[in-house]
Amino acid sequence: MTVSQEILDEIALSRSEYEAIIDRLGREPEPLELGLFGALWSEHCGYKHTKALLRTLPSSSDRLLVAPGAENAGVIDLGDGLAVAFKIESHNHPSAVEPFEGAATGVGGIIRDIFAMGARPIALLNSLRFGQPDNAHTRYLLNGVIGGISSYGNCIGIPNVGGEIFFSETYKGNPLVNAMCVGLIEDGNMASASAKEPGDLLMLVGADTGRDGIHGASGLASRSFEEQAEMRSAVQVGNPFLEKVLIEACLEALNLPSVVGLQDCGAAGITSAAIEMAERSGMGLKLLIDEVPRREEGMTPYEVMLSESQERMLLAITPGQEGPVLELFEKWDLDATVIGEFEIGENVRIYDNGEQVSSTPVITLTDAPEYKFTGTKPGWLKDLQEADLSATPLPSESPADVLLKMLAAPNIASRFPIYRQYDYHVQTNTVVEPGGDAAVLRLKGSKRGIAVSTDCNGRICYLDPNIGTAIAVAEACRNLSVTGAEPVALTDGLNFGNPETPDVQFQLTESIEGMGRAAEAFGIPIVSGNASLYNQSAGTDIFPTPIIGSLGLLEDVEKHSTAGFKSDGDLIVLLGTDSPWDEIDGFAGSEYLDLIHGKVEGQPKLDLDLEVRTQTVCRMAVASGIVASGHDVSDGGLAVAITESAVIGGIGATITATPGDRWDAAMFGESQSRIVVSVAAADLSKLELLAGEGDVPMGVIGTVGGDSLRFGDSISIPVADADNAWKNGFSLATSD
Amino acid sequence: MKFGIVVFPGTWSEKDTHHAVNGVLDQDAEYIWHGDEALDQYDAIVLPGGFSYGDFLRCGAIARFSPVMEAVRNFADRGGPVLGICNGFQVLCESGLLPGVLMRNDHLEFRCIWTDLRVENDLTMFTSTATKGQTLHIPMSHGEGNYQADDATIERLESNWQVVLRYADAAGNVTPEINPNGSINNIAGIINERGNVMGMMPHPEKASEKLIGGDDGNVIFSSMIENLVATLT
Repeated sequence: MTVSQEILDEIALSRSEYEAIIDRLGREPEPLELGLFGALWSEHCGYKHTKALLRTLPSSSDRLLVAPGAENAGVIDLGDGLAVAFKIESHNHPSAVEPFEGAATGVGGIIRDIFAMGARPIALLNSLRFGQPDNAHTRYLLNGVIGGISSYGNCIGIPNVGGEIFFSETYKGNPLVNAMCVGLIEDGNMASASAKEPGDLLMLVGADTGRDGIHGASGLASRSFEEQAEMRSAVQVGNPFLEKVLIEACLEALNLPSVVGLQDCGAAGITSAAIEMAERSGMGLKLLIDEVPRREEGMTPYEVMLSESQERMLLAITPGQEGPVLELFEKWDLDATVIGEFEIGENVRIYDNGEQVSSTPVITLTDAPEYKFTGTKPGWLKDLQEADLSATPLPSESPADVLLKMLAAPNIASRFPIYRQYDYHVQTNTVVEPGGDAAVLRLKGSKRGIAVSTDCNGRICYLDPNIGTAIAVAEACRNLSVTGAEPVALTDGLNFGNPETPDVQFQLTESIEGMGRAAEAFGIPIVSGNASLYNQSAGTDIFPTPIIGSLGLLEDVEKHSTAGFKSDGDLIVLLGTDSPWDEIDGFAGSEYLDLIHGKVEGQPKLDLDLEVRTQTVCRMAVASGIVASGHDVSDGGLAVAITESAVIGGIGATITATPGDRWDAAMFGESQSRIVVSVAAADLSKLELLAGEGDVPMGVIGTVGGDSLRFGDSISIPVADADNAWKNGFSLATSD
Repeated sequence: MKFGIVVFPGTWSEKDTHHAVNGVLDQDAEYIWHGDEALDQYDAIVLPGGFSYGDFLRCGAIARFSPVMEAVRNFADRGGPVLGICNGFQVLCESGLLPGVLMRNDHLEFRCIWTDLRVENDLTMFTSTATKGQTLHIPMSHGEGNYQADDATIERLESNWQVVLRYADAAGNVTPEINPNGSINNIAGIINERGNVMGMMPHPEKASEKLIGGDDGNVIFSSMIENLVATLT
């Protein structure tokens, strides 16, 4: 064995994986080849621990145009000649090391995945997790990440319309930064990341290649990770201006008949991008590595192959017709260079200065090992699930004080201080702005619109990865349904701990089973996704955090609903239950239990059939035009949902019933499948009819109006006080 | 009536401007590449928003050297109407077509919010369909929109009625609290002395339809159209 453990560690390959390489090649790999294997067999590119599980997810739909995994992103047909490509991707470890550039290049990377499909990016969302903001380093990470997203997204002219942010100590040393991009494909102009014929040329466009980001995929993203300042050189530096020009030039280039394929150069750089293209094309590839334009002299083929320099794309070009392509890129002041040729054969052959330095079968490189496991429920989890929630003491504060404290909590307070730093208007399609349950975008030239959202409550997934992930799917869909949009597809960003441990194996297995079960209940596919493993803080795995990005369709975008109450005298209706108040079970994984009592325990529950029926009735009600406002009941329970609708609408509300002894459970419990809508009194019978036909329990719980918030005899406060707590809470909690 | 919309590398508001002018207000509109030098076929020029040349060095500082800017200057010298929006305003200031500078927002953050702009002068070709004192509900989206100039320039702008738009509350009150970026005297938009070159930080093209939150931005483009029709007929 000639290779040292140190070298294997650097590329994050195990000894047994090294032996598998020797076995497959029939010889020891050259150092360059070992680098290729390290990148392609990394967790980030090779999905070693998740491939088998992901295969079980539902992936069929009448609307599906590009299946998961087949291209850079899944594609969904929306009718009217419109299709949407969308995907979520993580950039957790780079953001932990260098928050600004880590987050910025995360945004840049997901955008390239989308326009590689021939789609014009029309929306960005981001789903963020941090430790508690009372820590100076956490605030540094938070400000850096938001600054990076703001800087990249605003410069590039794609609206940032939604997402979430959640604080928990579990993410302290390992923040999560997941970015989602949605792109629109018009008139079937979809691109493929493959060549058409042997002889097609491989062209590299965009930035020069430098030494930045080497081992980003293998080193940063694919092994146990602690805060490692010395890994900073593995983080790339983004240039949104260059990417903006690259988007315009590449979308224009796709109109040329000679441009037959387009591929993003992301994690593992040219290695992953070019070799995946060859695999997808079923061809061999001759790569002339010395043709790659470089940022600095003296770079080795190894460094060129593994560089993760940003803002680069690969094109497949019909030979002899590269002239117009070069001219087009010249117009956009972009470098474009032919760096290889697809050929009949099975190997990727790498040449440096006329000399072949490596020849390896494509399939050997891309077929990363697959690790199968079944999880066993850990004993500690059973204890948490069986905790006696009824033993929770009543808080010493008054119900009103608890409500105000909840409203100001970092996990609940208004996110306006963040999203006002993002341009959410550009492209002039934003019908419902960030701040509600889902953003709604119109599609110019069509009556239709889309709604987009992300969701995942890591606390609930920790307490039950299976049901918790089903709840994440349910909530991501509920966020769409309250606007009136029908969920049509999902993307998943899996963020988990070390997959080599039994606990995380259990979490992964259960989580993906729950995700599949819930997606099937909604009858929608999971079209794309990303797995980020080895997320740990101080040696402890993070809460399992399978972030679900959801896409919904509105047949008539004018007929949508928003979260704020509208008019004096409207009736407040709770859909999904006939009881105005929640029970003690609703404490499981709730914000209340965590914030007020410092506990994360209980058994989360979800009735998927009821969930689907409730959302269907809500959408039908919105489509019929009777819903004045619609809002999901989630973090903070019913009292917070009602208060948010009041504050957003700038109008008061009175809930008639008085909660019983456990007023805390009643008002702040987080039982699922509940939606607050308001309707004019004259429309109540129509809603009752829809709910009756849809077999969904409901009840009128109060009225809209006045300038105070009343919950029976328990709480009576001016809306202005709630508004103050909710609007200022985030800034107060996150300022130095 | 034909609008020319200038596109620099990094511009992102050109399609929104095209949509407002052509899609909503039904006027001819074409894109002008930054390398172009002939603007004779256009009746009005818009420099839209975005990050021209990545705003490297300083916002608008590189764009001013584009060949098209010499043509824009000649177009303006002949009295042609030129509207600079956001980055376009920054380019006009860098080019010397408008006085003053746009500095970093005083709170140092990028800011994307709806603003209410009080119309201070309704006699310009960009505001003639508005009424003095009226507020226009139009979003802004910038990190560097803090308008500043030396005292003499500000005094001249104010006394000549060259301050066209000011950040106000919905009722039209101009207060320091409502100022979103630290601009002196809450200035959101100014016009040159001759009255044919206007720059404004907020984005009228982003307020072109009720469905996307409001259509007050059309006041600016409709005024340009009305005045051009009057001139051409």
